[in-house]
Amino acid sequence: MGHTIRQIFRSGKFVVGFTILMSVLLVLVVYPWWVPDPPLQILGQGTFFPPGIYVSAYDASNAPVLYTLNLRDAADKRIESRLSQEDRLAMQEWLVADGLPESAIDLADTDALLALWEEHYEPDRRLPGMTFARMRYYQRVDAGLDSLRSAGGGEILAARNPETGELEETGMVKLTDYANISQVANVRILPLGTDNFGRDVLTQLVAATGVSLLIGFVAGLIATAIGLTLGLLAGYIGGWVDDIIMFFTNLFTVIPTFVLLILISFSIGQDQRGAITIAVVIGFTSWVWTTRSVRSQVFSLRNRDHVNLSKLSGHSLPRIIVADILPYIASYVVMALILQISSGILAEAGLSILGLGPRTTEVPTLGLMMNWAMIYQAHVLGNWWAYLPVLLTIALISFSMNLMNTGLDQVFNPALRD
Amino acid sequence: MATDKKLCLSGRGVTKVFGIGRQKLTAVDHVDFDFHEGEIISIVGESGSGKTTLAKMLLGLISSSEGEIYFQGQKRDIRSGRKRQEYWKNIQAIFQDPFSAYNTFHKIDTVLLDCIRMRGGKHLPQARKVELMEEACGFVNLKYAELTHKYPFELSGGQMQRLMIARIFLLKPKILVADEPTSMIDACSRATILDYLMKLRDETGMTLIFITHDIGLAYYVSDTVYIMERGRFVEHGSADSVILRPREPYTRRLISDVPKIHEPWDLSTVVFA
Ligand SMILES: Nc1ncnc2c1ncn2[C@@H]1O[C@H](COP(=O)(O)OP(=O)(O)O)[C@@H](O)[C@H]1O
Ligand SMILES: [Mg+2]
Repeated sequence: MGHTIRQIFRSGKFVVGFTILMSVLLVLVVYPWWVPDPPLQILGQGTFFPPGIYVSAYDASNAPVLYTLNLRDAADKRIESRLSQEDRLAMQEWLVADGLPESAIDLADTDALLALWEEHYEPDRRLPGMTFARMRYYQRVDAGLDSLRSAGGGEILAARNPETGELEETGMVKLTDYANISQVANVRILPLGTDNFGRDVLTQLVAATGVSLLIGFVAGLIATAIGLTLGLLAGYIGGWVDDIIMFFTNLFTVIPTFVLLILISFSIGQDQRGAITIAVVIGFTSWVWTTRSVRSQVFSLRNRDHVNLSKLSGHSLPRIIVADILPYIASYVVMALILQISSGILAEAGLSILGLGPRTTEVPTLGLMMNWAMIYQAHVLGNWWAYLPVLLTIALISFSMNLMNTGLDQVFNPALRD
Repeated sequence: MATDKKLCLSGRGVTKVFGIGRQKLTAVDHVDFDFHEGEIISIVGESGSGKTTLAKMLLGLISSSEGEIYFQGQKRDIRSGRKRQEYWKNIQAIFQDPFSAYNTFHKIDTVLLDCIRMRGGKHLPQARKVELMEEACGFVNLKYAELTHKYPFELSGGQMQRLMIARIFLLKPKILVADEPTSMIDACSRATILDYLMKLRDETGMTLIFITHDIGLAYYVSDTVYIMERGRFVEHGSADSVILRPREPYTRRLISDVPKIHEPWDLSTVVFA
């Protein structure tokens, strides 16, 4: 036993797969200490906030100390980010009307655009066909650019006096004022942004990975336990026991498992479907494959001489199954279990995408996250953070488990050893 | 002569058919036999003639498709697990391939302790059990102290087969079925194995059913010889009558496969070569 385990951990593939899986589990354990929020808490008003660091604008302007920094390219950057595409197009329109060829104007090159604007814009000139309102619009854009560039510019902070109802100046944020982010009271990192409901995707992903692993594990254990028991009985006892078991196994084989899974989930009804219920349903529909392969292995084992010797030594049937058959298929059963766990996770994802997964109010699962992303069209809107990390997590878990299995296979099947 | 002794195992029309339909294969085909107590019987036939299948039916490890087996004159009844366990106190086996005959997850100790337990020694003091195991190992010239924490696969084929004999030494069954006990081990160990087997049989007086493809070996060890060809017993009788005066062409062919069997030969040089 100890020897076998040492052998297993000498297999590179197993170790890599095992390390990945353990790292995932470590994250599941550690992350809630870092972000203790409940995973389904709605943080954002609005949908699909992009990943990033969110700084409270109020707290930043009211930071205990504001530092003055004179940065050379601050104005350019500010204009770059403030000048909207609409403004740029309006500027282009003016310049073209002024006689410049459209090809000479690069909208993306802010410096060049501003230089042309400096050179050609005259606030009081009214181009042919231009409405008065349009002229005022251009004046506003131009004034805005000037104020962003002026060294002494800034904005006045004001609050309404509760008694008089008058606006009173409370402070001034200058263009050169900077707050140190560590002194800003409220900063929230949303590494994967928010989803359609405004919930933190990363917090949700961590919780969902845990729940999905649990579903896979419960489903895998059930499927393997049923498959192993039926396979052992059918293979070892044979006769009518085998006939009955094989009848049901064949029945389950001809009905595609996933269709059965859909039908059962559907008939249970949304409010009855907890995560564990789904796991049990998956487990009870996916034992067929394990039964078949355990049975055929036991078939070839039961005529082996070591089993005959055990019979001749007066051992009982249960003891022969446990001591003379089980150890020979144990490695295989472990591999089947790992495979069942990873396919249980995939089955939950498949069910949830179809809207037949666990109910949506308690815990997230990887499948439910995919389902939400799909319903709210994250893929159409290009909000990759709502589905891509989920896909990658599913892929990572499957990959690590398959890697572990390949490693185990190499240890247990000497013919495959390289 | 053996015939005046009590019947210990006999069969009428014993048949084993494997598979069904077109793949049907009759491995043992309506064989009759009478084995007497204390006799050494050889069953000789080519590979695939059904010897092992018959041995397993005799041992009650597989059921017969047809026919009846009689144990000590009575119809053998091993339908319940308890009766089978009782039957196996009387009949034991040595298998052809020692490498697949042991559970590789159990230490050698377990194998021998099982035998002591089967003989009702489950509650003996540990020291007495060790004494018994030492005696059994000593019988086949193995050192118990060296084996006790080893696994069977750490031994050589010859040592494993000797351990099998030690097992029989502890069990002391009435009947022993030895299915080609020397065919899978190296030539050097063969003679010793055979030696221990004969010594054990002489000490216990058990009935020995010796299965072999080597008719020379059968002549050397046995009182009675049964010749098996494609599942049937084509000829049987005392070793002298069958081997020195064969009636069947099949028997003659088996004999001609053994070098120099027609010339007067010194058995010790053949067997212990
Ligand atoms: N469990 C089985 N299922 C099907 N055929 C078998 C089985 N065991 C043995 N046979 C067949 O029965 C025939 C006799 O085999 P066996 O008794 O092992 O011969 P022997 O021991 O004389 O070499 C062979 O053709 C073999 O293939
Ligand atoms: Mg054989």
